[in-house]
Amino acid sequence: MSAVAPIDLPVDQRTTAQLARGEKAIERTTLKKSKDRLTSKGATIAAIIIAILWTTPTFGLLVTSFRPPELINTSGWWTIFTNPGFTVSNYDAVLNGEATTVTLGQAFINSIAITLPAALFPLVIASMAAYAFAWIPFKGRNILFIGVFALQVVPIQMALVPLLSLFARGLSVGDTEIFAGLGAGGNSYGQIWIAHTIFALPLAIFLLHNFISEIPQELIEAARVDGAGHGQTFFRIVLPLAMPAIASFAIFQFLWVWNDLLVALVFADGAVGPITKVLREITGNRGQDWYLLTSGAFIAMIVPLIVFFALQRFFVRGLLAGSTKG
Amino acid sequence: MSGFLKWLAGLNPFAQIPLVIGAFLLVAGILIFFIEIAPRTGRRYTIIRALVCVFAPVTVFLLLGSIMVAAVVAAILGGVFFLLDYRARSGAGYLFQLIGFLSPALFLLAIGLVYPTVATFFKAFMNARGNRFVGFENFVFVFGQEANRVAIINTIIWVLVVPAFSTAVGLAYAVFVDKARGEKILKALVFMPMAISFVGASIIWKFVYDANQADQPQIGLLNGIITFFGGQPIDFINVAPWNNLFLMVILIWVQTGFAMVVLSAAIKGVPAEQMEAAQLDGTNAWQRFTNVTVPGIRSSLIVVLTTISIASLKVFDIVQTMTGGANGTNVLANAVYAQKLEEGRASAFAVILFLLVLPIIIYNVRQMRLQKEIR
Repeated sequence: MSAVAPIDLPVDQRTTAQLARGEKAIERTTLKKSKDRLTSKGATIAAIIIAILWTTPTFGLLVTSFRPPELINTSGWWTIFTNPGFTVSNYDAVLNGEATTVTLGQAFINSIAITLPAALFPLVIASMAAYAFAWIPFKGRNILFIGVFALQVVPIQMALVPLLSLFARGLSVGDTEIFAGLGAGGNSYGQIWIAHTIFALPLAIFLLHNFISEIPQELIEAARVDGAGHGQTFFRIVLPLAMPAIASFAIFQFLWVWNDLLVALVFADGAVGPITKVLREITGNRGQDWYLLTSGAFIAMIVPLIVFFALQRFFVRGLLAGSTKG
Repeated sequence: MSGFLKWLAGLNPFAQIPLVIGAFLLVAGILIFFIEIAPRTGRRYTIIRALVCVFAPVTVFLLLGSIMVAAVVAAILGGVFFLLDYRARSGAGYLFQLIGFLSPALFLLAIGLVYPTVATFFKAFMNARGNRFVGFENFVFVFGQEANRVAIINTIIWVLVVPAFSTAVGLAYAVFVDKARGEKILKALVFMPMAISFVGASIIWKFVYDANQADQPQIGLLNGIITFFGGQPIDFINVAPWNNLFLMVILIWVQTGFAMVVLSAAIKGVPAEQMEAAQLDGTNAWQRFTNVTVPGIRSSLIVVLTTISIASLKVFDIVQTMTGGANGTNVLANAVYAQKLEEGRASAFAVILFLLVLPIIIYNVRQMRLQKEIR
């Protein structure tokens, strides 16, 4: 009589074999842990190989950015082990702006100036809207929410040109002007702030709504009983509780805006171009000046990488805030 | 508002950041404050409500610079709100609060996404400058030219290949890394490409794909390996049609991290009892994977697949930076950008792009509805 089948049931051969395997499995887990570790060792090795494959391209760029230009153009970066030539001149050249509309240093500042507000504005607006969708019942709420969600998939390309003309010329119906254009382009970040805010809203509302709607109803009702209106409930209860989701989405939005090229190409012209735009110019116009490319790319990457590594744990929470529970 | 922005533009960027953030938070705070004040009863609050009905249109006028809109806002606030609140069953000021919370978002979405989408739909049937109706001419152009058809087919291939591979590799990696030592570092390494912009990724991969003449030393990593083993260097990004695959590898490289993180968290959510029960039943690892893990993470799989599909439909930076759409690598998103001077044609491309995305929306919305029912 085995531990698994204490009663002698009539079982066929296949089931007997399966049960025998199960017994062996128990033995394995309780007695010989080493065998289990062997199978997961194979998995770990496979994982390490994949990780190496994934990191090698980036590593190649890092190595290349420190090599002198002549060496970059004539030999692969892996030869650094046999033919070392270490220099920081590439970084120097690209920082002190050789040939683009705006120097890399200026573009870096532009990127910061564009990204910080563009990460914050959608959050405030989206959290207010998410609270309304979650906790203020009104007719047509579900349909409206689905509509906002569906807007998420509107390709940005569709919205670019109309938005641009809206900024430039304002909106007029027939002969009456509804509002005048901003006309402040050129040195102002206003256009690109508004553009990024708009494009971030659908996803932001969706993610924050998923989180805010999971706040226990008792909390909200307790506040209601204590006499708090929607404003106070939002400000004092919902906002602090939703901070994790807000923080992780803020990081996401920061990365997305920092790395964005398309919206910058259209709305941030000339002196306010961010770093992605400058990078593309370097790549496009001076495709052969690879030494500029490498160091430029790395300077553009440093901030997102720092943000990413420093705030890693919030990412997962943020990503999961939009998908289902467990 | 343009006055404020113009003044702001003249300042140092580092001064602009706190100023604009401060101004924005101030406006938001005032909005929330008035939302809070709105439903309170009593003479004092009624006076405040009346004042808001006067000041809000003034603010709108200052923001947008138009009397028309300000008058409309005044009419709404003054007349309609009174009537509705008078008869409201949810209490006075309820509608005011609702509009207060929702209006910034809905207003921005309306002018920023809804209006352009509708406008683009109409523009697709207009000529290049948008003032003459030309029917389906633009679509004839799109489908008539070989290059454009190639772009459409390429886009479809991108949408089919990239999500499949990213999810597969991400899932495999998540399973391998689960409970391994150094799990966090391994995950971070694979997730890192997501933090890199697409332009940066293109540059990184330029150093992998570059091809030189056979007699010259190779700079690209792949060609370096190939010539090391005695082969001829291959021009990866210029040989149609395989160059598309090599461009897709870049997006797979980026998106696998996303798939891995979401699926890894989902795998950890599969109840341990189910796994143990399966183990007791004598299944091997592969059977456990297909029969317990995969059904358990199904919803996350769908989320990952649809998100990456949407991302690959929108991909523009990679193609633009690596090849500019040449040599048969063009995709719809790039075509819209390239045709931006010809409004009609660009809009036609955008409409086709949107139609391709539509099935994904519908599927996602259905999933959402099902989830809402479960909740």
